[in-house]
Amino acid sequence: MDEKPDDRHQSIHATTPVVGSELTFGSVTDKISAIVLKRKTPFGWFVGFAISFALFQLMMLAIINLLFKGIGLWGVNIPVGWGLDILNFVWWIGIGHAGTLISAILLLLRQRWRTSINRFAEAMTLFAVAQAGVFPLMHLGRPWLGYWLFPYPNTMGIWPQFRSPLMWDVFAVSTYATVSALFWFVGLIPDFATLRDRANNKSFRLVYGMLAMGWRGSARHWHRYETAYLLLAGLATPLVLSVHTIVSFDFAVGIIPGWHATIFPPYFVGGAIYAGFAMVLLLTIPLRKLYGLESFITMRHMHNMAKVMLATGLIVVYGYMIEAFFGWYSGNQYERFMIWNRMHGPYAPYYWALILCNGVTPQLLWFKKIRSNLLVLWLISLVVSIGMWLERFVIVVTSLHRDFLPSSWGFYSPTQWDWAMFIGTIGFFFALLFLFIRFLPMISIFEMRTILPEAEVDEG
Amino acid sequence: MVKTKASRLYGVMAQFDNPSTLVAAARETYAAGYRKINGYSPFPIEELSEAIGFTRTGLPLIVLAGGIIGGLGGFFMQYWMEVINYPLNVGGKPFNSWPAFIPITFECIVLCAAFAAVFGMLALNKLPQPYHPVFNAPNFALATRDSFFLVIESKDPKFDHDEARRFLKSLEAREVVDVEL
Repeated sequence: MDEKPDDRHQSIHATTPVVGSELTFGSVTDKISAIVLKRKTPFGWFVGFAISFALFQLMMLAIINLLFKGIGLWGVNIPVGWGLDILNFVWWIGIGHAGTLISAILLLLRQRWRTSINRFAEAMTLFAVAQAGVFPLMHLGRPWLGYWLFPYPNTMGIWPQFRSPLMWDVFAVSTYATVSALFWFVGLIPDFATLRDRANNKSFRLVYGMLAMGWRGSARHWHRYETAYLLLAGLATPLVLSVHTIVSFDFAVGIIPGWHATIFPPYFVGGAIYAGFAMVLLLTIPLRKLYGLESFITMRHMHNMAKVMLATGLIVVYGYMIEAFFGWYSGNQYERFMIWNRMHGPYAPYYWALILCNGVTPQLLWFKKIRSNLLVLWLISLVVSIGMWLERFVIVVTSLHRDFLPSSWGFYSPTQWDWAMFIGTIGFFFALLFLFIRFLPMISIFEMRTILPEAEVDEG
Repeated sequence: MVKTKASRLYGVMAQFDNPSTLVAAARETYAAGYRKINGYSPFPIEELSEAIGFTRTGLPLIVLAGGIIGGLGGFFMQYWMEVINYPLNVGGKPFNSWPAFIPITFECIVLCAAFAAVFGMLALNKLPQPYHPVFNAPNFALATRDSFFLVIESKDPKFDHDEARRFLKSLEAREVVDVEL
């Protein structure tokens, strides 16, 4: 009993420290809260926010135009009724999943390195889910009737069709957004209290004070808080797996060749985590440089994230191989044609670009030298993000554009308004992230304190 | 004189520099027979809540109740709508096609349990609470930075102002102050 804490201490801190060894309770608090309260906002922040806010306006323009003219503005039509809008939805939701994985699953697995990046990754989840929601809502055609998706007593006397995966999606995504927001807010409460007590500016103190709700770090409160946080992590873990499983049901429950496959749920979840970790790396590498957070987000974090990316990348590659195997082994001419058409049809360049981006490039991560080179790691993450977008394009478009009857074949190409919506959501995502890093602590301060060596209670 | 002073007193607070001295002090205070005591720290310390004799919380039960209510509510909402209120033949499937109702049932379990966890935690902690006497203590802003506090409340049956001050001073405290209501 007496040696136990010591052993744990040894195994975690002795070999590779999670964070810089010079940190103390005070310096952790001051360094992170200073980004919000004291430090001059870097010039790069204004430039980045201005660009992303301008792109957000492009999204607003695309939406207004869409509301006036209808979804004929987009490239979608029969046979490809699900174009860029559904694939962007799946892409954004997938990106969000890494945040929940880092904050919930790694918490349950006692991976203490997660502490440096969980707050940021959770924010990324929330903002990515917000972008994802825009697409199906706008794709409804009459988005102002979107509330019809929810079962509320209405004068029409009818109910939603609960046997449809699209209804499951409504519940899964809205639950995911709500639970992610709750988890994020609960994690922020003690840090709001820290900011309240550090702020010199009266209005900041007032706002953070209200958000902290009178948090005072009482031992009884902490006990219930820890229980609630752990239970939320336990709830979020199956939730995150269910969300992308249900998203994959949108496809897998249909009978379209290339969609009707049992591999879809795990393949989608793996791909989601893959895309999400790529996005976390894409964002943290420049951010840690810009704000000098090297002692919080160390090379160990970079290595671990690169390894998770490699592992999930291999799951995705396995999915591609199984898809091809299914096509061949099914003996079904439509399934065989679908695979042949993916590899040799009009969209073949997309397929091979996808294999190059998602299958070949991440193999570089086997080498420690490459994982240690942040520029290369950043570029690989960018390639993976593009690759995951291409994957969804291939799944959605190549299956739909040539299904059973050659007389119903068609071709899909996105219009400028499709692209405006997509680029606009990227702008919205980054605008929200810039506001987040300016006004909220991007690293969980209280959790950073718990992983410092001085936080160990010595009961000698 | 003495009586009015005691009635305006919330308790006596000691400040410590690190978690180990706080936990040791909390254990000694509890052993000395004080029961209305509380620790304050900038991060959760498992040993601390145990030291002040607070080890059980009803929160897991509240979350379980939330999950059960969500699960039953989610399933029977669908059952009532699709079987009783407006039966509709969809692709020849049975009205009670329960496997198709499972995904939404699951999401309702998670949603209600998560609400129960967050709002249950806040309610048991009596938050939001804009005012609390401990905020009157001069150094208490450091409780969210790097300082650790232990309070013996005046409500404690064993509480005697001078005795409590003397006791806390004997526990390696950096400073002992009175906290007014």
